[in-house]
Amino acid sequence: MPPAVLPFADQMILTLAALILFSSFLLLAQTRVVSLIHTFAWQGGLLCLTTVLMAATFGRHHLYVSAALTLALKVFFIPWQLRRMVERLDIRRQVEIEVGGPLLVMIAAGALTLFSYYVVMPIRELSLFSTRNIIAVTLAVILIGMLMIITRRKAVAQVIGFMSMENGLFFAAVVSTYGMPMVVELGVAFDVLVAAILFGIFFFHIRAGIGSLDVDHLNRLSEVDAVGDEEEEE
Amino acid sequence: MPLSIAQLAVLFALASALAPLPFFRSNRLLKAMAFVLLGFSGLAALIAGGLALFADAPSDLILPIGLPWLHCHLHTDPLAGFFLVIIGLITTVAAVYGSAYVREYENGPQPLAVLTIFTGLFVAGMYLLVLTADAFSFMMAWEVMSVSSYFLVAFQHQQAANRRAAFLYLLMAQVSGLCILLAFGVLAGFGDGFSFQAMAAAPLGSGWATIAFTLAFIGFGIKAGVVPLHVWLPQAHPVAPSHISALMSGVMLKVAIYGFIRFTYGLLGDIHWQWGVPTLIIGSASAILGVLYALMQHDLKRLLAYHSVENIGIIYMGLGLSMLFAGHGLPGLAALGLIAALYHCLNHAIFKSLLFFGAGAILQKSHEHDLERMGGLLRRMPVTAVCFLVGCISISALPPFNGFVSEWLTFQAALQAPALGNGVLDSLIPMAAAVLALTGALAAACFVKVFGVAFLGQPRTRHARKARLAQPRMMFGQGVLAVLCLVLGVLPTWTVSVLDRITRQLLGRGLPEATAHGWLWLTPVATHNASYGAPLVLLGIALAWMLSYLFLHPRRGPRSVRVGPAWDCGFGGLTPRMQYTSTAFTMPIRRIFRPVWPIEEGLEETSAGRRYHLKVGDWAWQTVYQPMGRMLLAAARRVTIIQGGNIRVYLAYSFFTILIMLWWIV
Amino acid sequence: MTAWLVAIIKTGIMVLCAPLLAGWVKWLKCRLQNRQGPPPWQPYRDLLKLFRKDIVVAETASPIFRMAPYIVFSATTLAGSVVPLLMVNLPTSAIADVIVLVGFFALARFFLALAGMDVGTAFGGMGSSREVTVSSLAEPAMLLAVFTLAMTVGSTNLATVITRLAAAPFQLYPSFIFSAMAMLLVALAETGRIPVDNPATHLELTMIHEAMILEYSGRHLALMEWAAMIKLMVYGVLLVNLFLPWGVALSSTPSAIATAIAAATGKLLGLGLVLAAAETGLAKMRLFRVPQFLGLAFILSLIGMLSHVILEVR
Repeated sequence: MPPAVLPFADQMILTLAALILFSSFLLLAQTRVVSLIHTFAWQGGLLCLTTVLMAATFGRHHLYVSAALTLALKVFFIPWQLRRMVERLDIRRQVEIEVGGPLLVMIAAGALTLFSYYVVMPIRELSLFSTRNIIAVTLAVILIGMLMIITRRKAVAQVIGFMSMENGLFFAAVVSTYGMPMVVELGVAFDVLVAAILFGIFFFHIRAGIGSLDVDHLNRLSEVDAVGDEEEEE
Repeated sequence: MPLSIAQLAVLFALASALAPLPFFRSNRLLKAMAFVLLGFSGLAALIAGGLALFADAPSDLILPIGLPWLHCHLHTDPLAGFFLVIIGLITTVAAVYGSAYVREYENGPQPLAVLTIFTGLFVAGMYLLVLTADAFSFMMAWEVMSVSSYFLVAFQHQQAANRRAAFLYLLMAQVSGLCILLAFGVLAGFGDGFSFQAMAAAPLGSGWATIAFTLAFIGFGIKAGVVPLHVWLPQAHPVAPSHISALMSGVMLKVAIYGFIRFTYGLLGDIHWQWGVPTLIIGSASAILGVLYALMQHDLKRLLAYHSVENIGIIYMGLGLSMLFAGHGLPGLAALGLIAALYHCLNHAIFKSLLFFGAGAILQKSHEHDLERMGGLLRRMPVTAVCFLVGCISISALPPFNGFVSEWLTFQAALQAPALGNGVLDSLIPMAAAVLALTGALAAACFVKVFGVAFLGQPRTRHARKARLAQPRMMFGQGVLAVLCLVLGVLPTWTVSVLDRITRQLLGRGLPEATAHGWLWLTPVATHNASYGAPLVLLGIALAWMLSYLFLHPRRGPRSVRVGPAWDCGFGGLTPRMQYTSTAFTMPIRRIFRPVWPIEEGLEETSAGRRYHLKVGDWAWQTVYQPMGRMLLAAARRVTIIQGGNIRVYLAYSFFTILIMLWWIV
Repeated sequence: MTAWLVAIIKTGIMVLCAPLLAGWVKWLKCRLQNRQGPPPWQPYRDLLKLFRKDIVVAETASPIFRMAPYIVFSATTLAGSVVPLLMVNLPTSAIADVIVLVGFFALARFFLALAGMDVGTAFGGMGSSREVTVSSLAEPAMLLAVFTLAMTVGSTNLATVITRLAAAPFQLYPSFIFSAMAMLLVALAETGRIPVDNPATHLELTMIHEAMILEYSGRHLALMEWAAMIKLMVYGVLLVNLFLPWGVALSSTPSAIATAIAAATGKLLGLGLVLAAAETGLAKMRLFRVPQFLGLAFILSLIGMLSHVILEVR
């Protein structure tokens, strides 16, 4: 039987949480770099919408600021930067191949979701807020972001995985404790911004050094060192 | 009463093995005596099973044979009765079919007597297995069954491949017997005796119970053919004569399931829900992998053997669900899962035997066992084709035949997952159900392929063109089973009410809601939850067919149908070789599910044109069997160090043994 | 007894209105592509024309070839009788639940595929092979979506599901949204619409459904085409009545039935518009991209199920 009716705002938040989980799965499934960036922007947009809804429902006005920050950074600025970088590095056309095959990665993502649900179960029972089941979803988003970092070869995809982990953390904070203290919020946001800029610089260096952005090629660095030493001796 | 008739069945089976021996020179007399006696034994088992199924109380008997301190206990109850019915039914039909089928072995290199002796012993072993109630007789019956079926599998031992298959079969049977013996040992160690009664009363801790369950799962699982222990099945079943393949696939695998159910529900008693999870997972894996491997086969009997793996997987899924519910204290839902599994046992016995009989008829009349060399057999063997079609529809789980009912009941059991209250299980069970849905759809795809390539279209070889109608006794055997498929599909409520008695004995509770609304509606949990009106489905289809035929068929008569050539895009020159072959039919599935099989595929240009070859293997060999074989050989090589060959070393062994024994006495 | 009569009348309505839905979709597609298009009742004319024509049967055809159209039509009609269109308390809804409905379509598809293989040409074999592959991949997604629905409502009986959903106050269930999207994709695959199969193609190598019925003519072809239209109608009714159940008559009063007729017509016409827009906007995929399409459907239904377990159960 359907459970007792929740207030409309709660239903919307539940729906948005499910959509954010879906966008995480989509991030895993995308193979083209540009679509990855767009999906990441959509995830940021959904997150912003959730924050606004939480702010309106519970009357925490500092969340409006967080939402604006998220919108500016995660929906517009960072994807714009990534797009520019992708065009400068000219990797627009490259199609990503994952390690392990798409089906296996999807099954792993599903298993991670179940696992995060299982882990969160005791916390659910102690929590006092009405939207406590969403914590399982946020943990799943974080873990799926980490899964993305592990199973992807190209560096751009790994950066997006890292950012989506941060999305998950932000989401968890918004839902369970009505946002983090403003100082922490701003600090994390600027850290992410700096990380994005630094990643951009690193991409150019990596590409110049090993000729591609495939991180598996980085494991050749050990040989390069040995060869370099030999050359120096000669 | 049922026990005496059951003993009569065993005696008839033994008589069919041994009595015709003096007449082995005359094939006709041998066949007549052996198969008639076998048929009578089947009938007796059927009657005995029916009586035991409907009896109010189980009956016991202790025979004065066996070990001095452990006589042979015999016991019949509804569970034993049900499996006795299965064995008896298929044996009777196989006796009728086999008496006509073995004609092709009459002038072969082996004497026909070998076949009849070991068939009788095999059937007698299976009867005893279901009837015994103590560990020693169980193991004796198990060995009789395994060894006699080994001789049947090795019947045509001229080819090396058959000998290898038979050896693998015997090896796996012995390993399974060992595991089962160890499982019994665990139970008997805690109880006081080897009879099933004593073992059921044994007080086992949870850890030891799990160990016993694991041993029994592996032992009975090897014999039933679950993945990854299934590799012997597709090698051994195709090699035996077709009516023996039917007995092995249809009946012997069910006897292994009987052993598993008796051990878990009867002897262990207190079921932990954690046992249900690996059962469900391994059942799902067997189902999906069995059907995927079957899709790639083009040898008809090997394809059917892989489908047995799939159906055993479905049965294990039902059992796993039942164990999950029983462990959570929901006996009603556990009964639903158990009924689904038992119904599928009965269905599979019937339609698998039907399909093997059909394959045997094709083999006898066209001498072809490879699908790529058949075609157009519908016109040449119409009765076989119709019965085979019924078998194909039943195994694809399509309404209104019987395969659909047991799969529907399994789905209904899976749908009750929210009653468990466990979120993780709540997600695993629907995913297992999704795997079951995929399995059912792929099985239907496989049997479209089998029926389409073998019976429809045009004949691909001269042999297929020259096939003729099968013999009457073979057609009779197939016809009986086909009718049973329809009957069991249209009267599920009656069957469920009969299976109810088994669950009442094992779980203490039946499923009265299933038949609460009359014979027309099958309502497993409640009528507004889900209901299936099987007779109405048949009536509906028949009515719609009749009405559309009457209203839409024109009155102009047969002249309105013209016969012309098939559409060929205007190019002309269509040959039978341009039809889709079995390999071609499954190409999209092969490409989509590529990682499932080790595939070697190649296209080579030779002077005579292009040759395409395809070899599809089984991962279980590379991942499970070969490493285990290598490990065993390596361990054996280490142990052979003891055998130095030096006399002084051997004398030193004796010397040190004497020293140790002297020290021990002190 | 009268209930059974009403049920038979309802089946008749469904069977007779199915070509209208197919014609409506086709008319909308043509309009969206700036063409005049045939009127929405053109399929009736086509069917009548086919019924009047002679039949040409290939020399190599077997009795299965002649029986298959009737079996396909009967199974599809029976499926149509089970799905609640206007009223929920009809006795035919108890014959079959959703899983049996899937079984009916599987039976029809089995005989359709056999008919494709019957004549012994390469086109028929190709159509059958592709059809069974696509439908096998669609099954798990459909079943998981059905399960999610059943876990929320507690039943697989279609009448019960619709009654409970219509009677309950409006609530946004994420699991329903995802299951609806998954069922939409599965319905596109099963009914053979773009992007899986083009129902209007004339190129044999791009056909899936058409290739199996390539050899049929006259009344056999009419029955096969009609069965395909009924299948489209059944999937449409299933989608609109399960996920938007408001308007279905919960009682047998005339006003309720009138509302139901209006609601059903409106919903089905709307669904036709959505379908036409999707078919115009998307392109047909090559066969080996269909697994990705159906994989997306499976992920949607998986997330629907996970949303139900994680977010909706308290």
